[in-house]
Amino acid sequence: MRLINIDKKSWTGGLENLYGNYRLFGPVKNNKHHVFKELSKGELPDLNYLNTLLSPKSIVFSQSETMFEYSLDESKEQHHILKEINKDYSPQALIGIRPCDAASFQLVKRNFDTPEYKDPYWLRAYESTTFVGLACSNPCSTCFCTSTGCGPFHEDGLDLLLVDEGENFIAKILTPGGENFIKSAGWETETDPVAAEKIIKNMKIKAEKKIASFVSTDQLKNRSAIDLYAAPFWEEIAFACINCGTCTYACPTCWCFDIQDEVSKNLGIRMRNWDSCMFPLFTLHGTGYNPRNTKMQRVRQRFMHKLKYYVDKYDDGIQCVGCGRCIRLCPVNIDIRRVCDMMNKYEG
Amino acid sequence: MQNPYLPYPVCIDEIITETEDKNLKTFKLVFLNPDDEEKFSYMPGQFAELSVAGKGEIPIGIASSPTEKGYLKFTVNKVGLVTTCLHSMKAGDIIGVRGPLGRHLWDTLKGKKIVIIGGGFAFTTLRSSIAYMLDPLNRMNFKDINVIYGARSPGMLLYRDELAEWETRDDINMHITVDSTDDPDWKYNVGFVPTITEQKAPPWDSDTYALICGPPIMIKFTQPVLDKLGYAHDHIIMSLEMRMKCGIGICGRCNIGKKYVCKDGPVFTLAELDNMPKEY
Amino acid sequence: MHMPEYTAKIKEISARLLKEKKVEMVIGFRKGTVPMMNEPCFVKMPEDVKELVWDSNCGINLANYLTDRKEKIGIIAKGCDSRNIVTHIIENKIKREQLFIIGVPCKGMIDKNKITSMFENEINEISEHEEKIIVKGEGFEKTLNKNNVLQKNCKICIHRNPVIYDELAADLLDEQKDIDRYEDVRKIEAMAIEDKWNYFDEILSECIRCYACRNACPLCYCPTCFVDESRPQWVGKSTNPVDTRTFHFLRAYHCAGRCTDCGACERACPMGIKVRTFTKKLEKDCLELYGWEAGLSLDERPPLDTYRPDDPEDFIK
Repeated sequence: MRLINIDKKSWTGGLENLYGNYRLFGPVKNNKHHVFKELSKGELPDLNYLNTLLSPKSIVFSQSETMFEYSLDESKEQHHILKEINKDYSPQALIGIRPCDAASFQLVKRNFDTPEYKDPYWLRAYESTTFVGLACSNPCSTCFCTSTGCGPFHEDGLDLLLVDEGENFIAKILTPGGENFIKSAGWETETDPVAAEKIIKNMKIKAEKKIASFVSTDQLKNRSAIDLYAAPFWEEIAFACINCGTCTYACPTCWCFDIQDEVSKNLGIRMRNWDSCMFPLFTLHGTGYNPRNTKMQRVRQRFMHKLKYYVDKYDDGIQCVGCGRCIRLCPVNIDIRRVCDMMNKYEG
Repeated sequence: MQNPYLPYPVCIDEIITETEDKNLKTFKLVFLNPDDEEKFSYMPGQFAELSVAGKGEIPIGIASSPTEKGYLKFTVNKVGLVTTCLHSMKAGDIIGVRGPLGRHLWDTLKGKKIVIIGGGFAFTTLRSSIAYMLDPLNRMNFKDINVIYGARSPGMLLYRDELAEWETRDDINMHITVDSTDDPDWKYNVGFVPTITEQKAPPWDSDTYALICGPPIMIKFTQPVLDKLGYAHDHIIMSLEMRMKCGIGICGRCNIGKKYVCKDGPVFTLAELDNMPKEY
Repeated sequence: MHMPEYTAKIKEISARLLKEKKVEMVIGFRKGTVPMMNEPCFVKMPEDVKELVWDSNCGINLANYLTDRKEKIGIIAKGCDSRNIVTHIIENKIKREQLFIIGVPCKGMIDKNKITSMFENEINEISEHEEKIIVKGEGFEKTLNKNNVLQKNCKICIHRNPVIYDELAADLLDEQKDIDRYEDVRKIEAMAIEDKWNYFDEILSECIRCYACRNACPLCYCPTCFVDESRPQWVGKSTNPVDTRTFHFLRAYHCAGRCTDCGACERACPMGIKVRTFTKKLEKDCLELYGWEAGLSLDERPPLDTYRPDDPEDFIK
């Protein structure tokens, strides 16, 4: 771990140096909101932002991604046989990612990188990514990251943490990947580590104090999954839900996907697309039977997965980093903070 | 990095229409690359994703036994997009197989008395289990084997030639039944699977395991019968069905509580299911 | 009458209906957990009516919550909700006898996206007083004229009063007159075909196929939407622009002659897509071709549901 100082006057130059070595992604404001996108040469990330509308998960886990291709033309060799395709896994860097979003990749990794199976698409993209975090000095009112084992200056999942000091960034280099990134940019002004740490610590305390919303998760582990599943509050929680996919698509820790074939003339692809437990089709059997046929069942699944099944499966905290996107974007104001507290309190 | 989503290419070697309604066909598949057969090392009760280029994949229980070398067999019910396409295919066509997927519990079953209870087209993996246990190299590893297998009518029974052959053997007790029949020559049982189970299943002892596969209605009514016969819930093994895509516990759709049916199942003991939400 | 009085009256009527067991539940709104959002909710006990609220953040169309319900229901209905209730009744999604409609003459709902985009910093609190909206956030407080920050569909609404009700929560309002409802549609109609196409592409470029627009719409109650059909699969599942366009265009057509321009679709969209662009054109066509406005009468079927010898047909080529 090393601390350096990046004068903002050298920011643009550093990014230019990086451009050839990394595909750079950063927050950019379109006419409505901030989105993470690939930066073209000379394009600067807008680091004066609260958070992006959607999470940056799509940069590692694209909403639609081709897995294989094949030919259906029987006159061709190897027809009907699925072939892997070449993909660009050259180094990329996510500049300005918030600590909550960076932490989400650590949670999601558990799903894609298991002892038995490795998801090559997610893992290769993840491994090619340098996570350059931007500490959060102005958390939103819907942020509850400090309740989820995360926080506005949280470092897990980051290669590098940038702390905005006005005229300059303090860069806390956390991994060899972060070191490479800094070297490639050419930023090398050493800073007094003790003084810098002190500044960071003070800013961190200040930022954490600004977090205004909290959830209690301490009892979730002790609750019985069967009791929670049968709890009486699900009808009421689910009532407003319209079963759209907004919460799951906006969520940095939702990872479910669908696999589909698409054919154009004689060329076919097998692809995967984000899917959502909110959609009835998600669990519909070929016979027409659906074990999660009602809206209530689907809403319950989403919250139980994040707040109970995940907790039990990995013997850890909740599958949520407290970014607050689902709260801000839900068209009907279903609030995970309220649901989490209800579950945490429920004694059966 | 091994890509767990990439199917092994296989050639359809033979297609057998199993039932009188022609909705069930058995596909005998041969690996295009002999090395793949070795990689595809499986046990009865596991399943695979059959992959049809242009249509997609479908999880199907493996009907052949690992003791049967050189091919795989899958009996496929025609229900959805992929299975309908499969049913229209012919010998020589190329499809894909991905697996084997799911767990099995044969370590527990070794040396035990086995009661197999099956209904309808869910008999496929049970057929695999029977063929496996009856293999000369395996038979001594199991005590009594009882099989209760029912279908709507005689013409709806799967693997009829094999059933007839097993009937003649003295190292397996067959109790074949049909819901009803007007065939005067029918020489086996008539009655629903739960009823025949009550009459024919051996009483439970700690050495006895029941393997159940069938439609939900059959399972629903067979369970109380097994309770009555004293079967301990951790000695009842069932196979569940769910909509699946990845088959390897990653895509997220087939969970029951914290378990994924594709990876943590598809076989569960009833004792395990008792501790899971009834969402299947 | 001001919003607190609306709320008080809604609570009073709801408590009475529940106490007298005239209905099993009242469907309304409760105060949201974030600014400019209220949550649709139901109340079953008279003592719980205290949860109910009415203000300028009740833009979700509650008719959407009636589909195929079997209970006797009290429902809060602003003008557009009431028109969708009429449509629901005509389309047999609910029975008139099941409903006690608490009509709310509506002064318009505020546009969350518009107000949010007016400020650099996050908005922490919104309150309203008569025609003023007071916005507070870290380091700022500003008073806005409600009329300037209405949802676009509310701004041009000519049916603010419920068209069907059993009791009113407030006095009927004067309807807005001399409103040009279709200025934006005419602008698009005047575009060259290619420009139109590009414009639609641009509008839809951010769509994430979450289906919030469809699912917030009371008209979209098909048991299986065409985008979800797998045999045959009409539409691809990726974010391919062709598929995204197909979804939005076809959905709009499916709503032709039924859409009340309640704005629920646009309000629900997490990406801020102007979904009404498509439905509105068809709404205009229905008015011009058939003299039809959806949901005004229980006695008349929508024009695309019926045949009349003098139906216009010059658009059939």
